[in-house]
Amino acid sequence: MKILVPVKRAIDYNVKVRVKADQSDVDLTNVKMAINPFCEIAVEEAIRLKEKGVATEIVVVSVGDKAVQEQIRTGLALGADRGIHIETDARLDSLQIAKLLKVIVDEESPDLVILGKQAIDSDNNQTGQMLAALTGMPQGTFASAVEVADAKVNVTREIDGGLQTVALSLPAVVTTDLRLNEPRYASLPNIMKAKRKPIDVKNAADMGVELSSKVSLVKVTPPEQRQGGVKVESVEELVNKLKNEAKVIS
Amino acid sequence: MSILIYAEHDNTELKPETNKLVHAAGNIGGDITILVAGSNVSDVAVNAAKIDGVSNVIVADNAQYEHQLPENIGDLVLALASDFTHVLAAATTTGKNFMPRVAALLDVAQISDIIKVESSDTFVRPIYAGNAIATVQSADSIKVITVRAAAFDAAGSNGSASIENIDTVKEADKSSFVSAELTESERPELTAADVIISGGRGMQNGENFALLNGIADKLGAAIGASRAAVDAGFVPNDMQVGQTGKIVAPQLYIAVGISGAIQHLAGMKDSKVIVAINKDEEAPIFQVADYGLVGDLFEELPKLEASL
Repeated sequence: MKILVPVKRAIDYNVKVRVKADQSDVDLTNVKMAINPFCEIAVEEAIRLKEKGVATEIVVVSVGDKAVQEQIRTGLALGADRGIHIETDARLDSLQIAKLLKVIVDEESPDLVILGKQAIDSDNNQTGQMLAALTGMPQGTFASAVEVADAKVNVTREIDGGLQTVALSLPAVVTTDLRLNEPRYASLPNIMKAKRKPIDVKNAADMGVELSSKVSLVKVTPPEQRQGGVKVESVEELVNKLKNEAKVIS
Repeated sequence: MSILIYAEHDNTELKPETNKLVHAAGNIGGDITILVAGSNVSDVAVNAAKIDGVSNVIVADNAQYEHQLPENIGDLVLALASDFTHVLAAATTTGKNFMPRVAALLDVAQISDIIKVESSDTFVRPIYAGNAIATVQSADSIKVITVRAAAFDAAGSNGSASIENIDTVKEADKSSFVSAELTESERPELTAADVIISGGRGMQNGENFALLNGIADKLGAAIGASRAAVDAGFVPNDMQVGQTGKIVAPQLYIAVGISGAIQHLAGMKDSKVIVAINKDEEAPIFQVADYGLVGDLFEELPKLEASL
């Protein structure tokens, strides 16, 4: 079976986020970028399915300017077979991304599409669900376990009340949660090998998708900083303050 | 304007998120309708109809909706959406699951996880795990929005909306429910609790979380955990407070043995009063805590329980 893994280039999760002084956006100048952590988990899950003999081919796809080829190469170094780069300089929303990915799904006919549940920059948590809806595939979001058997995939999902397992007919869309797996590091030989794996470049403007969004960014501001309070010396003082000063317990 | 709200419930109980959504909808302004979709949900519908400011409750009561699978719930909401200018659901694992489907099939954007309504087309939402706050404006004909319920007050429950049953049945033929492992608890839910006491890696193991029980009993508190404690296997994932877990804003939040990683702070920094108990006086949690107690939690927790 073939697995398609869309990945996003995002700010490295260790970087401290700064807002531009003109409030137009977050400042990404000279900031370290990386594959979005949830997408990395998606790549890892696809590789594990290939190692188990379930998957035969893994295709990594990313949307963005030339720089996203770095993240596609990361996926190839981890073990994906080939890459697709949908090239555009436009700032796209989840809906446009999902429509572009649908074009790839129609061309590639994957049995499984595995995506990160959300990107750590926009925090939207939309693309996988939108892709599932647009392609008519069933979806298993926030996965903490994925098991493929008999033309079906069983997905255990992290939900607010605990865990839920659903059975989906293939082809299907799965989005990853944090505890699905722990991604490996790419070995140096694999990084070298990845340089020779093919990346097919497509121009987003030629894919028949309307790329403009009706949502505009008005401004971006830093969050309000919470001021630290006081240190108390003992439990007695703490309880006294909670009762008489903060008045949150009686 | 007219607003459709998807009721958050578990077939037996209407969840308090729904009242908070109604409050958010009131800030948008317009006629408010609540959709209750599930199986044997007549009690849920009756309670939804009591929320102040709601005109109508639409009930889709069918065994097909029992597990609120996104495939058919999405189709049901889609079928109703064209009568409304806004569709709102809580940014819970239910709302996040089906709402982007509704948006995609309506060919509109979704605005995720809003924390404030500026006007009927402009909304405020955290991005970069709450490290930046974006204000966005939508020109879409129908605005599909998920709401961070903890950021809004709850509407009261003294109303009397009309209740209308619909027999629209959508099937999820490619997806089926297999099983659920839900955590049973006598305590309030994290997202509804006035007081929360959470443990972190400093608790050392799952058994030690029992030290929080007596205090939670006395305060009527829910018990939460940091991601570190969940990842270490001390407690199940549904107890996790943080950016990737539950976002909470109780009156009192007590963080025990939690260092205060940014992703945890993102989930609790809107709490009214924060207490931190930690033996490391340099722990970042003290920078956001109103009251910090530097000490060994294994000594301080029994004292705290005894003094309440």
